[in-house]
Amino acid sequence: VYQVFESVAKKYDVMNDSMTLGIHRVWKDILVHKMNPTPGTVLLDVAGGTGDIAFRFINYVRSVRERQLQRKLKNHQSLSWQEIFESYQKDKFNSLGDSQVVVCDINREMLKVGKQKAQHLGYSEGLSWVLGNAEELPFDDDKFDVYTIAFGIRNVTRIDMALQEAYRVLKPGGRFLCLEFSHVSNPVLSRLYDLYSFQVIPVLGEVIAGDWKSYQYLVESIRQFPPQEELKAMIEDAGFFKVDYENLNFGIVAIHSGFKL
Amino acid sequence: EQEEEEVEEEEGWQRLYPGHIPTSPLQKALLAAGSAVMALCDPYRHDMVAVLGETTGCLALPNLRDKMRHHPEGYRILQERPRIRLSTLDMSRLRGLPDGSLGREYVRFLEDNKVSPDTRMPPKFVDDEELAYVIQRYREVHDLMHTLLGMPTNMLGEVVVKWFEAVQTGLPMCVLGAAFGPVRLSTRKLQVLATELVPWAIRSGLNASCVLNVYYEQRWEQPVESLREEIGIFPPP
Repeated sequence: VYQVFESVAKKYDVMNDSMTLGIHRVWKDILVHKMNPTPGTVLLDVAGGTGDIAFRFINYVRSVRERQLQRKLKNHQSLSWQEIFESYQKDKFNSLGDSQVVVCDINREMLKVGKQKAQHLGYSEGLSWVLGNAEELPFDDDKFDVYTIAFGIRNVTRIDMALQEAYRVLKPGGRFLCLEFSHVSNPVLSRLYDLYSFQVIPVLGEVIAGDWKSYQYLVESIRQFPPQEELKAMIEDAGFFKVDYENLNFGIVAIHSGFKL
Repeated sequence: EQEEEEVEEEEGWQRLYPGHIPTSPLQKALLAAGSAVMALCDPYRHDMVAVLGETTGCLALPNLRDKMRHHPEGYRILQERPRIRLSTLDMSRLRGLPDGSLGREYVRFLEDNKVSPDTRMPPKFVDDEELAYVIQRYREVHDLMHTLLGMPTNMLGEVVVKWFEAVQTGLPMCVLGAAFGPVRLSTRKLQVLATELVPWAIRSGLNASCVLNVYYEQRWEQPVESLREEIGIFPPP
């Protein structure tokens, strides 16, 4: 798996856009909206390589924070402009409201691409990039408010271990969110989806990234992955409560959610 | 990987040679279209040119193979499957050969243009093991074509060789390369190309016997001019 992602890292984003016709961006937006983070949230994004979830999290929290500040100012209209100006200075250093995101990935190349993207797009504060294995996270217990893993869990050899680790590092009250390819139950769509996956995706891999085999592997690993209910049961086994899932695009993708109580 | 092979054999899709990726007709069509577009957009994607050749060669390759089978030297090549690689070539011996000999001029070509025969892509999408060798041989012999035609590896030289190869092999990839290659050339070069080089390349290509039927590895000492005459390539302008 490591070598697959080593060769895939640089063209990862281009390939994602081509394979999903850009829809993966919508899926990730939905994930962060479902998360609905408030300023001050500490997020751990596992297998987050190129930073897609992390950047969306920061954008979301920033806009929530802006609205918070605007509301505060409205309530302070009686203050002198001197005092208003001073409050800007204080809050300027707090545009994220102490929110933080730690991007953790097992692959150095993916992290490198993510860091470069962050620089390019102008993300500086609130981001940390850590090398780590989802089955054995380098973090202490009860540290994070939210744990996300977007399109990463199917590449983990021992999913149950990754789920246990997720449980361990979450604070009580923390939320587990998983965005992953799942199973399409509708038979007509399923056949179309299979056709597209097996016929078109490896070709895209060869033409765009010069790599047929990695994308053939990708399509096969999606088929091998546990379906919605099975994954739900596995998440419950790890100790999470209120486990639920939401199908996107008829089950091509699903978001599973659970809480540590 | 073993599991994969078992499943594939069940479905009737087998790996016929190392590096072989079996593909369905739809996949081949998509690959042909995609690689053609990509090769035009990004001329440094030599792998795309290779893929285009493999996915569109289903008529030309058997044709070439049959030409080889019906020729004594070509037949021997098909049997013995020689490969042109730095590890199989004795570079110092070739360098020591007299000027004007095939071996000496070939080495000179490689060094002047800073190319190596080892950079040729191995075939992936050809569904016949012998045809895979034929296209591999075509690729490895490409540098010798440059030597025999006296063309360098710049855009102009490559286009001329492509015209020659298009006439000789009938590979759609060569035809497309010959037709679209000139798009990136200046008008001055286009003029030279159209008035002198291409007509010569076409005439030579038509006049010459099949270039894949020559056992080059056994002819390193032969003077280039004599080999040209034997094959039927007219002297370069």
